[in-house]
Amino acid sequence: MKRHLISAADLTRDDALLILDTAEELAHIAERPIKKLPTLRGRTVVNLFFEDSTRTRISFEAAAKRLSADVINFSAKGSSVSKGESLKDTALTLQAMGADAVVIRHNASGAPHTLANSGWLRGSVVNAGDGTHEHPTQALLDAFTMRRRLNAGKGDLEGRRITIVGDVLHSRVARSNVLLLATLGAEVTLVAPPTLLPIGIETWPCEVSYDLDAVLAKSDAVMMLRVQRERMNASYFPTEREYSRRYGLDEKRMAALPEHAIVMHPGPMNRGMEIAADVADSPRSTIVEQVTNGVSVRMAVLYLLLGGSEPAITTSEETAK
Amino acid sequence: MTKHTPRPGDLDPASARAVLEASDIARVLTRVAHEIVERAKGADDVVLLGIPTRGVALARRLAARLDDIEDAKVPVGALDITMYRDDLRLRPARALERTEIPADGLDGKLVVLVDDVLYSGRTIRAALDALNDIGRPRAVQLAVLVDRGHRELPIRADYVGKNLPTSQRETVQVLLEEYDGRDAVLLGTRGSASAAAAPIGGAAAQVPATPEAE
Repeated sequence: MKRHLISAADLTRDDALLILDTAEELAHIAERPIKKLPTLRGRTVVNLFFEDSTRTRISFEAAAKRLSADVINFSAKGSSVSKGESLKDTALTLQAMGADAVVIRHNASGAPHTLANSGWLRGSVVNAGDGTHEHPTQALLDAFTMRRRLNAGKGDLEGRRITIVGDVLHSRVARSNVLLLATLGAEVTLVAPPTLLPIGIETWPCEVSYDLDAVLAKSDAVMMLRVQRERMNASYFPTEREYSRRYGLDEKRMAALPEHAIVMHPGPMNRGMEIAADVADSPRSTIVEQVTNGVSVRMAVLYLLLGGSEPAITTSEETAK
Repeated sequence: MTKHTPRPGDLDPASARAVLEASDIARVLTRVAHEIVERAKGADDVVLLGIPTRGVALARRLAARLDDIEDAKVPVGALDITMYRDDLRLRPARALERTEIPADGLDGKLVVLVDDVLYSGRTIRAALDALNDIGRPRAVQLAVLVDRGHRELPIRADYVGKNLPTSQRETVQVLLEEYDGRDAVLLGTRGSASAAAAPIGGAAAQVPATPEAE
């Protein structure tokens, strides 16, 4: 039986809440003198990163190590082999080494899906970001952060208004967040210039707006997305200054938010572009907290996928052997 | 925490008989509290740690009695042992319970672990491992409401509410006001519907006493 986390859409409401509740308990481990649990002793987790990453790789590594798993970091950057073949050969190598879970980040959307459904690997596959497609553990840690700040760490996000601003077109974070937040009952509004919205956005379970100032006053959380210049091969907006003026979060805009609202950013930030430095460093910003929460959430995912005889979450793509 | 809902390991009502009633449980807990005070020569450095789910409620009740006897506030906590179980790989990963360590910590304290049923001893082994990662108590003792025998590890309780000779086919179910709406200890065999789904193995057989999936 296969057990994977490829898309935030795979998670039912119960699955998502189980992960968040588990993460809530695991968060206390970080306060202990010995930040370690013996649960995944003898299991091997491979971090397979085909794309640059600081926070996600370190976060998965810390999560696996706190659960006593053996961690192998595989950075495939610079590989010149054609993608399909290299992924297969790498997968076969990892299988031969006895990987129980493969955490994969890949610049091609769908690479984790291929890895999970190819039959090359017997272990679990966890998507740590694929192209412009999905980044489910980021969505989980964002939901975890919102739940902690807005709902005292309990229940779902029913009726909470979440605004996601910026480069939705290139953002796997936005897609995963919209899917998961909808599952958890939140009302999501995407705000972006029309050029930075993907085709088919009308089928997403969210609202779309082009006017940031109009939605700020009724937002419980506002999530700023990084402008992904490395993925931009055309001009999507006239100048950085104009983008910043219309879609950037500065102190004046932050003041328009309700008293309790939080400011989020998945990182890495372009300070001064989508978010002003003063806003990023303000007490309402959860940016550093999100990194801490990422470890707890990833521990929960690894535990629930690998800790028992079979996964505790009903992830789809369970292809019968 | 749901109340009154049938649990997966619920006893077959026809076979179940109460071995302890509410008044018996109250008396037994009072006696155990006195024994703790006697052996610890007071309750100054005692910390009660309940093992979820029902051990936590029992620990709170013991703490209330210690307060009455010694007029001292005894710290109470909860110690979830799920991540330390030795049978994790026999069943799907299960939801975690809350671990709450009193603010003053455990270092140098007399920790009394509290659980409802002592059976294979595997839960207590896991609890000792968990304690090891949290602090260094002066000593660790064990209080249980029911000791039903059939130990699989060299573990014994310091305070026993009731020694209950059982056969391994039987199941002991502890009902507590806080979770089940009434106090009782039942002995019987598992309902036929759930028997098929019931896991096999030592620690797993403690399921009826400490159900994980609420």
